[in-house]
Amino acid sequence: MPSTQILELYVFMLAGFVGYQVISRVPPLLHTPLMSATNAISGISLVGSLVAAGSQHDLLSTLLGTVAVISATINVVGGFMITDRMLKMFKSGDEKKGEGAKS
Amino acid sequence: MKENLVQVTYFISSLLFILGLKGLASPVSARRGMFLAEFGMLLAVIGTLVHHDIVRYEWIAIGLVIGSVIGALMAILMPMTAIPQRTAISHMFGALAATLVGVIEFHKHQGEISRSVMAALGFEVMFGALTVTGSFMAFGKLQEFLKSAPVTYKFQNFFNILLFFVTAGLFVYLIFVPSSSVAFFGMIGLALLVGVLLVLPIGGADMPVVISLLNSYAGLASSATGFVLSNNVLIIAGALDGASGFILSILMSKAMNRSFTNVLFGAFGSVAEGAAAGPGPGGTSIREITAEDAAIQLAYSRLVIVIPGYGMAVAQAQHQVRELADLIEKRGGTVKFAIHPVAGRMPGHMNVLLAEANVPYDALYDMEEINDQFERADVTLVIGANDVVNPAAKHDPTSPIYGMPILRADESKSVIVMKRSMNPGFAGIENELFYNPKTYMLFGNAKDSTQKLINEIKNV
Repeated sequence: MPSTQILELYVFMLAGFVGYQVISRVPPLLHTPLMSATNAISGISLVGSLVAAGSQHDLLSTLLGTVAVISATINVVGGFMITDRMLKMFKSGDEKKGEGAKS
Repeated sequence: MKENLVQVTYFISSLLFILGLKGLASPVSARRGMFLAEFGMLLAVIGTLVHHDIVRYEWIAIGLVIGSVIGALMAILMPMTAIPQRTAISHMFGALAATLVGVIEFHKHQGEISRSVMAALGFEVMFGALTVTGSFMAFGKLQEFLKSAPVTYKFQNFFNILLFFVTAGLFVYLIFVPSSSVAFFGMIGLALLVGVLLVLPIGGADMPVVISLLNSYAGLASSATGFVLSNNVLIIAGALDGASGFILSILMSKAMNRSFTNVLFGAFGSVAEGAAAGPGPGGTSIREITAEDAAIQLAYSRLVIVIPGYGMAVAQAQHQVRELADLIEKRGGTVKFAIHPVAGRMPGHMNVLLAEANVPYDALYDMEEINDQFERADVTLVIGANDVVNPAAKHDPTSPIYGMPILRADESKSVIVMKRSMNPGFAGIENELFYNPKTYMLFGNAKDSTQKLINEIKNV
């Protein structure tokens, strides 16, 4: 096995550990936004799709690549937008009172 | 030089993704964290666009525009009650992208793929394809154009396991013969079928586990794409998603006191045998209450704990529930919301709905935080929840949900259960709580019943 792939395995393992540690600290309150956020982040396959769609190998690759770009973009844009829409709704009691005073 | 620039943007993006997820540790920092992650994604895309392999931009532009429009419309128009469906279909798109990238790689380099790359590529398309159809099935069940009850048939598990082994066998074969397109596309076809069959026997109440699992698979497929393309940002982002889905699936399984395999192969939710409706445990019968009497009880309570469940989501009653809570608080009572980890159809489902209805998050409590407070509660109001409050889970070893951690509603001084009818919940199990002498039943649609309570409490 080439050494770059061994290195990639190290990257994967460490990223998995970091992910585990960071995500264990997300409270159940935010589990739904967490899922849509990680889902948006995994739309990073957009990066691979972009190369596939733009590298002019043959028509089949370009077409499949474009479909991949569409799917990944839906994932990224939709995922981040809905996450933000949800997070905007989470307010503490104090913030609510502040709003009430203003209006 | 250009290549270095690309690598630097990928490095920064990876860092921003991790910091972004770290922000989700608290609702205060969550939005800021997500801005970091969004910026990271933007950087990665810009970095990729200057990649030396990319020579034409028109197809990319078309794809980005179409994808953005669809994604934005879905995010803006979907009601909050449809969040589980949206998440499921989004997993499908992510997995589809990963699978297609894999197919293109195979098509481009056919015959010259090394064994180690093939291992990653095979993993990518296998998990990708399985997630595509699995997520679509989950979407269908949640959107209810497919039957949400489990579909079972004879020798189902045997057949599924056999199919899985054949698929995995093709995968192993591919590693030794990486040029075989028959094996490659055969494996994709079978993986698509496995995805369908995997979700087919899973009932609505088990959806939180399935969605989490598919989330994890979609991430692992992305990560494998990174191995194929030798791209670290893909490996890292995919691993983060994989870890998140993994943690959530474990938490959800624990909250139901069931193992992964039991959820996947148990076909829970088909009506349990012998649990026919009728006289309850101990032969006692249920007691109904009118909205008027219930309102009086609530109006004079010092502590009310509300337990929302999927019934509240179906009836879209969250706004009425918040209004009711406001009225009780105005009269000097305290209202707390007790959220069971598997209430609803995905992790955290109830929290999002209540936040939408303007309930402050400090009034929402996790199971561990609230369970000791039930004995001090004057009234516990159960709105469209069922199995998560069934005391049989604590003391009846014959019950299918025995051992599942529950919200201890039965310890409060009085319980009012709002329910559409006496039909058993998704697990198909009779609920002892309904026959408890402290319990009163208020029948009707959650939204209508809550509205009646609001009207009555104003008159008290």
